Amino acid sequence: MWSAALGTLSALLLLLVLLPVVALLVTASPRDLLRGLADPLVGPAVQLTLATTTLSLLAIVACGTPLAWLLAHRRTRRWRLVETLIQLPVVLPPAVAGVALLLAFGRRGLLGPLLGHAGIGLPFTTAAVVLAEVFVAAPFYVQPAIAAFRRLDPDLVLVARTLGASRPKVFFSVALPIARSALAGGAALSWARALGEFGATLMFAGNLGGRTQTLPLAIYTALESDLRTAQSLSIVLVVVAFGLLVAIRAGGRS
Amino acid sequence: MRPRFSAGASLGVLGVVLCVGAGAAAPAPPRTDTELVIFEAASLKAAFGRIAETFERTHPGTKIVTNAAGSQELRAQIEHGAAADVFASADRKHMDALVGQGLIASSRVFTCNEPVLVVRAALAASIKTLSDLPRADRIVFGAPEVPIGAYTLQILRKAATKYGDDFATRVQAKVASRELNVRQVLAKVVLGEADAGVVYRSDALSAHGDVRIVSIPPELNVTAEYPIAVLKSAPHRQLAEQWVALVKSAAGAEALRAAGFSPCPGW
Repeated sequence: MWSAALGTLSALLLLLVLLPVVALLVTASPRDLLRGLADPLVGPAVQLTLATTTLSLLAIVACGTPLAWLLAHRRTRRWRLVETLIQLPVVLPPAVAGVALLLAFGRRGLLGPLLGHAGIGLPFTTAAVVLAEVFVAAPFYVQPAIAAFRRLDPDLVLVARTLGASRPKVFFSVALPIARSALAGGAALSWARALGEFGATLMFAGNLGGRTQTLPLAIYTALESDLRTAQSLSIVLVVVAFGLLVAIRAGGRS
Repeated sequence: MRPRFSAGASLGVLGVVLCVGAGAAAPAPPRTDTELVIFEAASLKAAFGRIAETFERTHPGTKIVTNAAGSQELRAQIEHGAAADVFASADRKHMDALVGQGLIASSRVFTCNEPVLVVRAALAASIKTLSDLPRADRIVFGAPEVPIGAYTLQILRKAATKYGDDFATRVQAKVASRELNVRQVLAKVVLGEADAGVVYRSDALSAHGDVRIVSIPPELNVTAEYPIAVLKSAPHRQLAEQWVALVKSAAGAEALRAAGFSPCPGW
């Protein structure tokens, strides 16, 4: 009875999640797929997506790891509040996130005059794409990283310190290697979120081939004219994402 | 006093509120009204809202339920069996596709919409006509795949005959983004990120305070025709015909005119 219930409920969820992806793959004929791949939207979009998501992931890991380390060891209310606030991008509807980015970094945004003086105009640039990706994807790395650092045995840190290791040495030689697998998992999730990012990018960075048109935007653009092209582009996205997720997870374990 | 804030507690409260809310909303209220379902192109939302008020007043017991979205999405929903009575499209392509599939018998054009230039208020002095467009630093257009983008390309081609062969090139060099729908084009100009864009007059009117509207010379402009039709599978055929008649009446035309639509050329 118990195992039947477990099996049924699990199967329901698996069916709901996997069937649409399977449908995406099996309803396109190889000819459709090749024709879609030959679409001039594809090349620049794939290149731009790989470049921007790599940059945003580097930024998230570089700044998110120290933030997670800080948050993992501060347990006052104020720091708890910071921990909650950093999660907010997860619940923001993507288009709202885009408007919020415009209101902050746009030409008339809060930092607009400051950036303007420095000669920087962010909207409609590739930098805006990276910014939008960092905004929506950062929580997916920071939260697992906090959890990983909290699971660290405090005695281990204490022993390392009494043996004369400096605080940076403890962080790099003790904490990071132990948390590595969990950090890689968070990075994979965060990267996947950046890869699928659509709404905030469209609002904040616009849609121009080769400059701000990432794969999800190219897919939506193609959807306006030809469902088959959109479908084959989506298959490219699914395949690339699956491959990279597997690679990152494998890297984290080894 | 320090605020007694705890993330866990607030999430818990939120969860309870959501569950109670969902439970309370679950039993649907008994339906006494007849629901007439109108699938309308997003640009028709304001005008059809006013026409719906009139219709519900003159047809007690009937409730107008609208589904406003891009014509392409509405067409896809109808193709997949959505239960609609009336379809009003922002271009003929999607309507003709449904006629071709036998889902609609015939359609009639009921109004027209005209592309206009919208200019950031601060630049109103330097961009007064279409010929000034290359003076803008950042221009946003619709993507060529969406109707407004296709119309914009037609206008640029026509403009080349008047403003010189390199006009389109000079304009295209300033394009910062090709947006996926007309509201996104407008939003970029309203927010001041773009200097100018091309949208329908009906959209431009909705943001009148924030942007300056520059009309495109009629000989260079194109017209977007809006067809309307009753679906063959309409659950309420007779009411649906009455809705189409009201849209085509003088009262309907007035509501459409107030929203920026115009009679089609040649009417």
